[in-house]
Amino acid sequence: MVRVDGSGSSESLVHVRGLDKTYARGGEVIHVLKGLNLDIDSGDFVAFMGPSGSGKTTLLNLLGGLDVPSAGTISVAGDEITHMSASKLTAWRARHVGFIFQMYNLIPVLTAFQNVELPLLLTKLSKSDRRRHVETALEVVGLADRMKHYPRQLSGGQEQRVAIARAIVSDPTFLLCDEPTGDLDRKAADEIMDLVGRLVNEFGKTVLMVTHDPAVAQRAQVTLRLEKGSLVGAPEGASVA
Amino acid sequence: MKFLPLVIANLFRKKIRTTLTIGSFTVALFLFGLLVIVRGAFSQGVDIAGADRLVIINKTSLIQPLPLSYRDRLLRIPGIKQVTFQNWFGGVYQDEKNFFPQFAIDIDNQRAMYPEFVVAEDQWKAFVADRQGTIVGKSLADRFGWKVGDRIPIKGTIYTGQWEFNVRGIYNGTRAQDDTTQFWFHWDFLEERRAFGKGDVGWYVVRVNNPDQSVQVAKSIDAEFANSPFETKTDTEKAFAASFVKQMGNIEFLILTVGSVVFFTLLLVTGNTMAIAVRERIGELAVLKALGFSNRFVLLLVMMESLILAFVGGGLGMLLAKLFSLHGDPTNGILPYFYLPPLAIASGVGTALLVGVAGGILPAISAMRLRVVDAIRRV
Repeated sequence: MVRVDGSGSSESLVHVRGLDKTYARGGEVIHVLKGLNLDIDSGDFVAFMGPSGSGKTTLLNLLGGLDVPSAGTISVAGDEITHMSASKLTAWRARHVGFIFQMYNLIPVLTAFQNVELPLLLTKLSKSDRRRHVETALEVVGLADRMKHYPRQLSGGQEQRVAIARAIVSDPTFLLCDEPTGDLDRKAADEIMDLVGRLVNEFGKTVLMVTHDPAVAQRAQVTLRLEKGSLVGAPEGASVA
Repeated sequence: MKFLPLVIANLFRKKIRTTLTIGSFTVALFLFGLLVIVRGAFSQGVDIAGADRLVIINKTSLIQPLPLSYRDRLLRIPGIKQVTFQNWFGGVYQDEKNFFPQFAIDIDNQRAMYPEFVVAEDQWKAFVADRQGTIVGKSLADRFGWKVGDRIPIKGTIYTGQWEFNVRGIYNGTRAQDDTTQFWFHWDFLEERRAFGKGDVGWYVVRVNNPDQSVQVAKSIDAEFANSPFETKTDTEKAFAASFVKQMGNIEFLILTVGSVVFFTLLLVTGNTMAIAVRERIGELAVLKALGFSNRFVLLLVMMESLILAFVGGGLGMLLAKLFSLHGDPTNGILPYFYLPPLAIASGVGTALLVGVAGGILPAISAMRLRVVDAIRRV
């Protein structure tokens, strides 16, 4: 269930209250996000849409602990992240967040296997356990036969699937996708969205996604619209309050 | 260890750049090794000088002689335990390029004064019994392929004429630094054949009872011969060797200057390489941070790359210098002690690692301070 009116309980998976983000550019203060309230439950698939500069990516960065808000609070799975120290936030990200970027952002000198293994290097898993997890993640995204391939040897769609495997390999609390199909053709985009849909429906993953593409947003259970730093209109979709 | 593949993969990202940077370290450390060898060659006498030996030369200059009659007077000075003397011969073997030092020695006291030079007993006896006999150092014998029984012609330059010697023995040093390029023969043989300077010796070497009183004994010696036609200048063997080196210029300063310039240049090369390496993968470093790798990890990742470059390149350079030194003195006897000690190898690699740290630290800090949001926006 997704709520934007501040009526959700603090037991929501993602619980945001009075979220502000401002930047100072030159002498001017820019309000990117203005007093956002948001509650998202576990297993929700939410798309954020809106014009450029509306604050979608900033919101995603704040939810993922990559940036800190100017005011307001964010709690994820009971962890209040807005007042965490930088080092605690880093450790929190490793445990709770899986990132999927528009440009895939794989490490070009590592194989698909090594790229997917990266988040597991931060855990205490043994080498054999890491191998097992990586192989499972690559099987889920349908690239078990491309483990030894380098990113340059893969298509854009395959690269993004490796990035998805990297995002899910440590079984994070939620996935944050920033324009995951923005660099792909329609066919590859559909395949990626099929995969994201499977993660939600079969594996119960919670997914928050930023997109410009209405066709991609339609795959989400709920679409939220951001304009000038505020959530506007009612949530659209099946899973709304 | 589990992060090593990531470090290695990053190093081999630009193979040519990595190879060139390692090559810079190799060349610089090879040069450092050579400088250490040359410095050691010049200062070897200073480093291994006997603490209880004094050298007495003519106050006017080393090339002016002292009378043989001083020997008995020296023995009467309190604090002196032993006396020996030598003469510089300055002959040429076959060609002027074949330089090596030849000394006319006092065979009765040579071995007691220089226990660090070892000669087999039977060879020493054969040498003593043969007035034209010679004992040569191991390096010298190896250089010219001499063996016991060979007859060696030497053309005199100070004491003119053709001189012939029979190799009766080969001495070795007890330490790696000992000079084994000398050629010893009987002082009596020189005295018998030379046309001038009879009754003169080049310099005296004395052993004192107590090294702590060396300065006091040296003063007593010079006082004993003050206001005579042959006044003396007495120094510890270390001071004598140091002043000898000083005559050739400030080698230490030269080596220090060249070494500093080389390492400073290396520092710039490393710093530049690491700065480029960090700049071109800002996005990747940001992704690592987004995935949960800490700032400290990113700092160490960059530092590890810099240190591996320094260690591999520096190690290779020192290895090459060591291999080069094993071929021996390439200067035909000017640098008889051509040796790279293990401590110098360790300090070379250590210095390379320091350069690695200094060159990598600024790029590593900038990588550590990278803001993920800004960096990902730039990708």
